[in-house]
Amino acid sequence: MTKHQNKPKFRWHIVIFLAPAVLVYSAIMIFPLFATLRLALFTEIDQERVFVGLQNFRALFGDAVWSDQFWNALGNNFWFFVIHMLVQNPIGIALAAILSHPRLRYAAFYRSAIFIPTILSFVIVGFAWKLILSPIWGIAPGMLDAVGLKSLYAPWLGKQEYALTTLSLVSVWQFVGIPMMLIYAALLSIPDEILEAAEVEGITGMSAFWKIKLPLILPSIGIISILTFVANFNAFDLIYAAQGALAGPDFSTDILGTFMYRTFFGFQLQLGDPHMGSAIASAMFAIILIGVCIYLFGIQSRMRRYQF
Amino acid sequence: MSIARQNRLNTYAAHGVLILYTLIALFPVFVIIINSFKTRRAIFREPLAMPNSETFSLIGYETVLNQGDFFLYFQNSMIVTVASLFFILLFGAMAAFALAEYRFKGNLMMGLYLALGIMIPIRIGTVAILELMVQTGLVNTLWALILVYTAQGLPLAVFILSEFMRQVSDDLKNAGRIDGLSEYRIFFRLVLPLVRPAMATVAVFNMIPIWNDLWFPLILAPAEEVKTLTLGSQVFIGQFVTDWNAVLSALSLAILPVMALYVIFSRQLIRGITSGAVK
Repeated sequence: MTKHQNKPKFRWHIVIFLAPAVLVYSAIMIFPLFATLRLALFTEIDQERVFVGLQNFRALFGDAVWSDQFWNALGNNFWFFVIHMLVQNPIGIALAAILSHPRLRYAAFYRSAIFIPTILSFVIVGFAWKLILSPIWGIAPGMLDAVGLKSLYAPWLGKQEYALTTLSLVSVWQFVGIPMMLIYAALLSIPDEILEAAEVEGITGMSAFWKIKLPLILPSIGIISILTFVANFNAFDLIYAAQGALAGPDFSTDILGTFMYRTFFGFQLQLGDPHMGSAIASAMFAIILIGVCIYLFGIQSRMRRYQF
Repeated sequence: MSIARQNRLNTYAAHGVLILYTLIALFPVFVIIINSFKTRRAIFREPLAMPNSETFSLIGYETVLNQGDFFLYFQNSMIVTVASLFFILLFGAMAAFALAEYRFKGNLMMGLYLALGIMIPIRIGTVAILELMVQTGLVNTLWALILVYTAQGLPLAVFILSEFMRQVSDDLKNAGRIDGLSEYRIFFRLVLPLVRPAMATVAVFNMIPIWNDLWFPLILAPAEEVKTLTLGSQVFIGQFVTDWNAVLSALSLAILPVMALYVIFSRQLIRGITSGAVK
């Protein structure tokens, strides 16, 4: 490298190596991101783009026509996230803890099989569960009947009070493989000496997990939480595939992604409004940014890391 | 003895839990596939039974193959995925090499700038991306999707690949320089072959999200001749909701290519995740 520093010549090859990636990334990702934030400050009057400042946001947060839908979508989105944190991540951690047991046979098979739902598209997952839970087909009621719980069955996806939770659980079913894999990797990276030292002290089994392994994998749990947060507040496909753009029944499964899609593109009688769509996108951006900042400055920097 | 017995009990419990969860994970896929080979009556009468000579039927697949242009959709998905991966790997590796190899003003800033996109989803900019594609006439072309997926994949690719490129020995590169190789040759001939495992990891990470994406095909390329398989099956299923044979067959056909990819690449994928490439 020193050889290059002696040369006064401009090193064109650096520019050539960087240019394609920087150009594509700036043009398709960064520029549209800021252009979208900017579009949120405009509106269309008589087919002309007019600057209106924060008026779109005022409407989005305060004008009942928009704000009812917005707060509904935001609230639903939070519930969606809460279910993932409470169900997906603990199940993922538990599966990883079992899988990482050193003498467990067939671990590779279980790992690959449990990861399969994660690779399927939302369209497949959405429709498959829609069919399975459907009262017409009768698989779900039939199976509940077999264990004597038929009375518990309800057309979950069609009921306002259950639909969102059901879809969240479907999403959990689909993505449990990701926390499982990441935690599994973290658990494997714990050196044997530490676990052996604990064993000598008489800490084994469950207490070894709670007292030794869990504190060591906290950074990975932090990463999983922020990945879940970003993915959830950016979700769209599953709800769209299963319930359509209207996120029925009666908007009970509407989340920010579907709300933005509907607003931006329009549906049925409502015309699409790119400026309101941008305002919603900006709100999503702000939420994701706040989440990432809380993680980076509030959680990650305070977490104790251990070097092995 | 009691410890040994307890250990065995624990092992049984572990297998029990894992088998139960494996069943939960595979059950829906299994139900969809077996029922796609049955007659309409059998689908409803005994949804959990395997197809037998009496109930076997390919009527759903006939409908799908006659009505939907699944070969075209498949081809579109293939082109988009392969082209995007090619550009992500080529451009990503080039940028990663520049960041890992040379010391220059703004190196750190450039690295941070490119890393921004790891956490910020590209979907936030959709409104302006659509405007851009309309202005450049790329709407309803596969290029629109390829460009978007390339931009989406680059940040993580640069991040992972530059980590790996820092580990390539300096002696090797300097030996190349003394032999008069240009910087481009050093990159393509010496460094790229050495980071092939990392390239494979990046490719596998990007492949499945690109193949499965519904959002951008729906917005940027909804026209019939550029539909991807994911969007194509979504639209097809939406139209045939009441034709259960066709819906189940379409779902099975959509599962097939991803499963094939998974079987081929699962070792690479799992190795990639567990080697800590995403940390």
